[in-house]
Amino acid sequence: MERVPIQLTVNGQSYQVEVEPRMLLVHCIRDVLNLTGTHIGCDTTSCGACTVLWNGRPVKSCTVFAVQADGGEILTVEGLERDGQLHPVQEGFWEEHGLQCGFCTPGMMMTAVALLQENADPSEEEIRKAISGNLCRCTGYVNIVKAIQYAARKMRETVPAAVGIAGGE
Amino acid sequence: MTTTPIRGLGHPVKRKEDPRFIRGKGTYVDDVKLPGMLYLDIVRSPYAHARIKRIDTSKALAMPGVVDVITGAELEKAGLAWMPTLMSDRQMVLPTERVVYYAQEVAAVVATDRYTAADAVLAVEVEYEPLTPVLDPFKALEPGAPLVRPDREQKTNHIWHWEAGDKEKTDRIFQEAEVVVSQDLYIPRIHVCSIETCGCVVNYDRAIDKLTIWMTSQAPHAHRTVFSLVSGIPEHKIRIISPDIGGGFGGKVPVYPGYVIATYAALKLGKPIKWIEDRSENLQADSFARDYHIHAELAATRDGKIRAMRVHTVADHGAFDAAANPSKFPAGLFSVCTGSYDMEAAHVAVDGVYTNKPPGGVAYRCSFRVTEAVHTIERMVDVLADELGMDPAEIRFKNFIRPEQFPYKSPTGWEYDSGNYPATLQKALDAIGYQELRREQAERRARGELMGIGISTFTEIVGAGPSHTFDILGIKMFDSAEIRVHPTGSAIVRIGVQTQGQGHETTFAQIVAEELGLPVENILVEHGDTDTAPYGLGTYASRSTPVAGAATAVAARKIREKARLIAAHLLEVSPDDLEWRDYAFRVKGSPDRFKTMQEIAFAAYTNFPLGLEGGLEAVCYYDPPNMTFPFGAYVCVVDIDRGTGQVKVREFLAVDDCGTIINPMIVEGQIHGGLTMGLAPALFEEIVYDDNGTMLTGTFMDYLLPTAVETPHWKTDKTVTPSPHHPLGAKGVGESPTIGAPPAIVNAVVDALSHLGVRHIDIPITPAKLYQLLVEKGVAE
Repeated sequence: MERVPIQLTVNGQSYQVEVEPRMLLVHCIRDVLNLTGTHIGCDTTSCGACTVLWNGRPVKSCTVFAVQADGGEILTVEGLERDGQLHPVQEGFWEEHGLQCGFCTPGMMMTAVALLQENADPSEEEIRKAISGNLCRCTGYVNIVKAIQYAARKMRETVPAAVGIAGGE
Repeated sequence: MTTTPIRGLGHPVKRKEDPRFIRGKGTYVDDVKLPGMLYLDIVRSPYAHARIKRIDTSKALAMPGVVDVITGAELEKAGLAWMPTLMSDRQMVLPTERVVYYAQEVAAVVATDRYTAADAVLAVEVEYEPLTPVLDPFKALEPGAPLVRPDREQKTNHIWHWEAGDKEKTDRIFQEAEVVVSQDLYIPRIHVCSIETCGCVVNYDRAIDKLTIWMTSQAPHAHRTVFSLVSGIPEHKIRIISPDIGGGFGGKVPVYPGYVIATYAALKLGKPIKWIEDRSENLQADSFARDYHIHAELAATRDGKIRAMRVHTVADHGAFDAAANPSKFPAGLFSVCTGSYDMEAAHVAVDGVYTNKPPGGVAYRCSFRVTEAVHTIERMVDVLADELGMDPAEIRFKNFIRPEQFPYKSPTGWEYDSGNYPATLQKALDAIGYQELRREQAERRARGELMGIGISTFTEIVGAGPSHTFDILGIKMFDSAEIRVHPTGSAIVRIGVQTQGQGHETTFAQIVAEELGLPVENILVEHGDTDTAPYGLGTYASRSTPVAGAATAVAARKIREKARLIAAHLLEVSPDDLEWRDYAFRVKGSPDRFKTMQEIAFAAYTNFPLGLEGGLEAVCYYDPPNMTFPFGAYVCVVDIDRGTGQVKVREFLAVDDCGTIINPMIVEGQIHGGLTMGLAPALFEEIVYDDNGTMLTGTFMDYLLPTAVETPHWKTDKTVTPSPHHPLGAKGVGESPTIGAPPAIVNAVVDALSHLGVRHIDIPITPAKLYQLLVEKGVAE
C-alpha cells in the first residue's frame, strides 16, 4: 500500500517517517518509532492503555491515524522523565503503589498528567471521572487516585515550570 | 558491617519492579522485536457449530506480503492438529473437519506486517455447513442432543461426575432436619480480561538448534514440558521466557492454539513469528471461568445451627475440558463449600458437561472453583437466616468453626490449618458500625428507601499443593527457589513462580532479606526464564507465597546453616555456641561477638574452613504439607436507586487474614484489586451468547469492566492468624477478595429487598435485571 511521509515531534525529538495512511498512531509510535512504553489493550477505544498527549491533549492513540498527527507534538510515557528527574506523576505511582502489572500504567499516567495540567487540585471524584477512560484490572483504582493526589500535592509545592509537559523544547 | 536497614518481613518496601514500568521500559511480549520477524493472525469461526466443507487459501496467498497460510490439514500431517489440555482432555489447534465454538481458530496467516496479516485473514475463504449447536448444559445432557465431541469414544456430552463428602450421612440428616432451605444459584460465564492480551514471539535458531518462545505465560516451566511432549523437541532445546506480563488472573495458564501455530510456523519458515491477540479475540476465545449451575441445600435446627449441606452442580466446560485444575480435582476445590461453618456432614456432586462454547471453568482470579464454593455457602447462610428470621451476623457467629477447633477437619475432607473467624467478623462489624447501620436501614425502609447490608465471612483454600494429592498432568505441585549469595554480600534469587503484577521481585527479596539479614536493596529476584529459573508450577491460585515463598525461606535457612559453620570458623567457636539473632550469628552469652551475613559471605569465598565447600548458595523444592486457609470478613453497604435499578456500593470494608504479612503495601494492593474483580461479576460482567452460540459480549463495548467511577473507595483492615505449617506463617492473599466480595455485595442487595420477599438474585445484578425486579415488587419509581 502507498506510504505517506509525515513529521512528528515525539518527546521533543523530530521524526520524519513514511506510513500507510491507515496506520494507527499507536502502531507508528510502537512499531515505527520503537517507543514501546505506549501499550494496546483493546480494539474499541475503551481501555486507554494507549493514551498519549497530542498537542497537549490526551488521546487514545489507537483511534488516531498517524497521518492525522502529521506536524503535531506527541508526548509519551518515555518523555515524562526530565534530566533524570521523575515526573511527579511517575513518582506518585511508585510511592503510592499505583501500579501492579504496569500495563495500563503509561496510559493512566498520561491521563493524570493531562488532568493536573487543567486542574491543579482535583477532588477524588474529579480524579475518578478523569481516569474513567482508562481501565486497570489490577489495582482497584484506590492507589491510582492516591498516586495522582500525591502528584498534585507535589506539583503545587514545586515551581510550575519545572513540571511543564510541552512536547518540544 | 552494614548500616543499611534490612527491611524484611512486614515492611511496606516500595516495589523494585516499578522503576522500569513507570518509565515505560517494561518488556512485555509485544515489545519483543526480532530482525526478519513475521506476523501471524488467525481466521476464526463465525459459527458455534459447523462442518468445514472447504478452505481456499489461494487469494490470501496471492497477496503481496503474505508468506504462508496454515490450516488444520497441514497441522494434521505434522501430528499437531490436536494438543492435550491441562485436564487430560484434548483440544483442536486447528480444525480438520468441524468447528465447535464461535471464534474458534480455523486457519492462520503469516505476513510481513500486522496490517497485511489482518487483510489476509479476510481473504481466506472458508465454506461452512452450519450444524445445530448445543449451548445449555442441561439440554446437552438430554438424549438426542447434538454431540459436541464426536471425536471421543464416549458418545455423550457428559464429561465426568465427581463427588465429595458423605452422601448417606448427609441424606439422613436432611431427612430428620427441623429446617431445610434450598436455592438454585447460577454463576455466569465471565472472562479475566487482563489488560494485556495473550501472545508470543517464537524464534528458532538453527545454528544452535534452539527454540525460544517469549510467551504470556503464568507457568513457563509447565508450558515448556507440554511443548516438548507435544512437539517431540528435547526439553533442553526449548526456552520459554515469560517477560513482563500485563496481568494474568489465570488467563495465561492454559496453552492456546495460537502459541502452537506460531511455534509450528517459526519452525517451518525459519523466521521469528509474532502472534498477539486482539482484545476481541482474547475476549471471545480464551479461558472463561465459572458457568456453574448450582442447586444447594442446608439442613438446620430451628434455632439456626447448620447441620448439613447438600450441593449438586452442573458445570458447563464448553467444547474442551481445558481447565487448569489439579488432576484429581476436575471440579477444583469446590468441596471447600462448607466454608467457615462447623457442620456434621456434607455432600457435593458435580457433573462436567460439553457445550458449543469455548473452554470454560478455567480461571478468573481463582482457578480452582473456590469462588463458586464461597458464593454458594455465603448465599445459603443468608437464605437460611432469612428463613429463620435471624440476623446474618448472628447466624454466622452461631455456626463458625471455633478457634479452638483448629486444625479443623471439614466434612468434605479438608484440614483447615488455622483461623479465628469470630474475631475477624467482630472487628469488621465494630469498624463499620453494624448496629448503627441496621438502625439507619430501618429508618430508611420506613421512608421507602432501599438500603442493604451484606456480610461475607469466607474461607479460602490456597497453596496447591501437597504432592500426595496435587499434580498438573502428573507434575507434582511443589515450587522452588534458588539463592546465591555473592562475595560482597548481595544475592540473586531465582524462583519457579512468575509475577504478573503481584510484586514477586520485591516480596521474595524481603523474604531473603529477613532470613539472611541482607538489605532488601541488595537482593535481585529473577523469574520467568526456563533456562535460568528452577522448575516450578507457576503463579496462579494464590500459590506463590504459600509454596514458592516457603521454598525461598527454606533455601535461605539452608544458606544460614552453612553460614553458621563459616561464622564459627571466623569467631573460633563451635557452631553450637552461636545463635542467629538480630540478623547476625552471635556467640551465646557474648552478643557483641558476632558475624553478619555480609562478612560471612566474603569468607565463603575467601576464608572458609577446611573440608567445607566454598560458595554460599542453596536450592529448595518445597512440597507443602497442607494447603493454607486464608479467611476474612467483608461488610458491604448498598443503596438501590428505585428509578434505575442501579446498585450503589456506598461502603465496603474488607477485613482479611492471610497469616503473616510480608509487604503490607502489596497485600493491601492485592486486596483492592481482588475486591474490584469481585465487584465486576457481582454487578457488571457476564458473557452472553445468542441462540446460535454467537457471543454478544465480545468487546469492551459490551463486556463491562468496572472503571474508577463504578469502583468504590475500598476500606481494608486485617487480623493475623499465622499458618502453623508455613515456614513464615504466610497464607497467600491474591484471590481472597475476589471470592469474598461477590456474596457480600449480593447479600447486601438481597438484604435491601428482603422485606419484599426477595431471597436470592443471580449475578450480575445489572440495573436492567434489578429494575425489572423492582417493578415486579411494586417499588420501582
